[in-house]
Amino acid sequence: MADEPSKEKSLEIDYTIPKKSWMEPSTEFRKGTYCYPAASRHEKYLELPHPREWQPTDEDWKLPEDWREVILRGMEDRLNRYRSYRLFLDICVRCGACADKCHFFIGSGDPKNMPVLRAELLRSIYRKYFTLSGKVFGKLAGARELTEEVVKEWFSYFYQCTECRRCSVFCPYGIDTCEITMMARELLNLVGLNINWILEPAANCYRTGNHLGIPPHAFKSTVDFAVDELQEITGVKVEVPINRKGAEILFISPSADYFASPHWYTFLGYLLLFHEIGLDYTWSTYASEGGNFGLFHSAELAKRLNAKIYSEAKRLGVKWILGGECGHMWRVIHQYMDTFNGPADFLEEPVSPITGTRFDHARSTKMVHICEFTADLMMNNKLRLDPSRNRKWKVTYHDSCNTARGMGLFEEPRYILRNVCQEFYEMPENTIKEKTFCCGSGSGLGADENMETRLRGGFPRANAVRYVHEKFGVNLLTCICAIDRATLPPLLEYWVPGVEVAGVHELVGNALVLRGEKERTTNLRGEPLDSTISPSPSSGERAG
Amino acid sequence: MVLKDLLSKNEAAILKRWFDLILETYPADTASLMKKDKDPFTNPVGSTISREIEILFGKLCEGIQDEKCQSSLDSILKIRSVQDFPPSKAVGFIFLLKRAIGEMLRDEIAKAPAIEEWLKFQSRIDDLALQAFDVYMDCREKICDIRVKQARIEKEMAFRMMERMTPSKEKR
Repeated sequence: MADEPSKEKSLEIDYTIPKKSWMEPSTEFRKGTYCYPAASRHEKYLELPHPREWQPTDEDWKLPEDWREVILRGMEDRLNRYRSYRLFLDICVRCGACADKCHFFIGSGDPKNMPVLRAELLRSIYRKYFTLSGKVFGKLAGARELTEEVVKEWFSYFYQCTECRRCSVFCPYGIDTCEITMMARELLNLVGLNINWILEPAANCYRTGNHLGIPPHAFKSTVDFAVDELQEITGVKVEVPINRKGAEILFISPSADYFASPHWYTFLGYLLLFHEIGLDYTWSTYASEGGNFGLFHSAELAKRLNAKIYSEAKRLGVKWILGGECGHMWRVIHQYMDTFNGPADFLEEPVSPITGTRFDHARSTKMVHICEFTADLMMNNKLRLDPSRNRKWKVTYHDSCNTARGMGLFEEPRYILRNVCQEFYEMPENTIKEKTFCCGSGSGLGADENMETRLRGGFPRANAVRYVHEKFGVNLLTCICAIDRATLPPLLEYWVPGVEVAGVHELVGNALVLRGEKERTTNLRGEPLDSTISPSPSSGERAG
Repeated sequence: MVLKDLLSKNEAAILKRWFDLILETYPADTASLMKKDKDPFTNPVGSTISREIEILFGKLCEGIQDEKCQSSLDSILKIRSVQDFPPSKAVGFIFLLKRAIGEMLRDEIAKAPAIEEWLKFQSRIDDLALQAFDVYMDCREKICDIRVKQARIEKEMAFRMMERMTPSKEKR
């Protein structure tokens, strides 16, 4: 029988965390914190390697026999292919500038979520197999053997990074930690380690053109449904062209906009705007998704899913492309589409048919962001707006990571918001624009099963929202990203109850005064407008 | 009253020690960053804990367990409920106050006729810990509720469209 502890001994509870070196891989997969692996049928559909059923909590992950060789070969291939990858692995001096900038680190307190340490999980393997110092000095040079435990650790931590690039803003060398995560995920994918929340939408997209797997006739039904709803609210029957050859502009938005809530109201806003200005445009049931979950898997898959955009623009014979409110869609368009599937030399340099403004910055991609387009309309006094219809909202704006850090789109959404609502308040300076905090659920992590990880990752964002909620009474968080619109509501329900989420064009749709409309009694959500305050329509720019 | 005076005289030191002990429940590298950064937006965990334990300490000294107490516990436990703590460690930070006071005022409490008061004060800390456990459970239940609600929201648009289609079917 074991010795009984003395009374004094049993009262000594050690609350401190035992010290353990990061070099020893250790991963605990606790329910509620990890994403489910991809179902093998999706892997098969996309013809990805080593499809099988497995769970992170299993002891045996059923890796292929030659998994180590596959990963090392994949690493070598990428080191040769991407100069940036080798540079980012070599150049870090571990200064720690990025350490406390990651929302997952801030929220979880787990040091392996410091961007520098997360990257070391990969760098240590690079050193061991691809650098002389690592080969000779091993651990002393920060090198580690590639073991199954290391692979499990990669799976845990590289799926706790939303590729938001906040850490990169603070790196004195400009290391893009997002690219480290991208490479690590590509290596994991080579041995069949995928998550379902990425691969199911990707497989859907490959089959139907959109993440939600909506076929053309269902797309048409949702449009009809929207037309009915808008007629009830405004008295105006809007025209919504679909697959119309010869239209001037092809419009592409994330599929969630026409099949999820609260995205739906942003969709209604687009339809009202295009109808009111008489835009010569079309939707496509094939390029029916701007988002690209392939980006969260591999460059190859991103390219495959992106191809439909130019292909459909060509088939329909449009002049240029307009894109809706989405985050990572714009990362792909702005940074990769041109080299993935361009040059789009069959398209014309985008010019607004309403204002004549030439969108020089989109000269190469031929694709313009809807906020740029709408802000230009407002700047040129082309819209009649009644901001009082949004008077129930005290509004703040969340810069979505990809549009903010990926393409520098800061002012246009704010300009629109100041024109369409009466009260707008900024969150603290170090939580917006290029320093914006991620929603905590981007890059394919917006599943339900990892809700705890999402809630802690989104805490820094929610904390800033709480500040403006308590200080100014803010009750609406606006954003221009479909993933944000899906993932911010549960985040705020937990951390800041009483704040709702909307797309910018939902508020545009509310404020827009249509020709021939009836007196509006509700907003686009069907909520009654307060009739005691008489609306005062204004034209064009209202506030700076 | 002797204990109350002792506590109020040493409030800053006690709060600092309590804060440091709570941070020791995090890995050392994390704790040092949480201690260093005073910005409530870039270090929301450290600043929330620091802000709210001050309120809790004040309420304990006054012998009041009210809504403010509940709100402070809620702010801290919302965080600790989604971090990788087992329930005992998530709420256990309350008991660290006993250790902080014990370490700092053990001799004074023993010397002064304050033992009775100290025992009463410890009971208040125990009560607060029980309240903390209730708050912790509320947070965990909220997480479950949110997950269930999410599953419903994902189908919301489909349901709305079905509802719209049903009356027209009946007409036929």
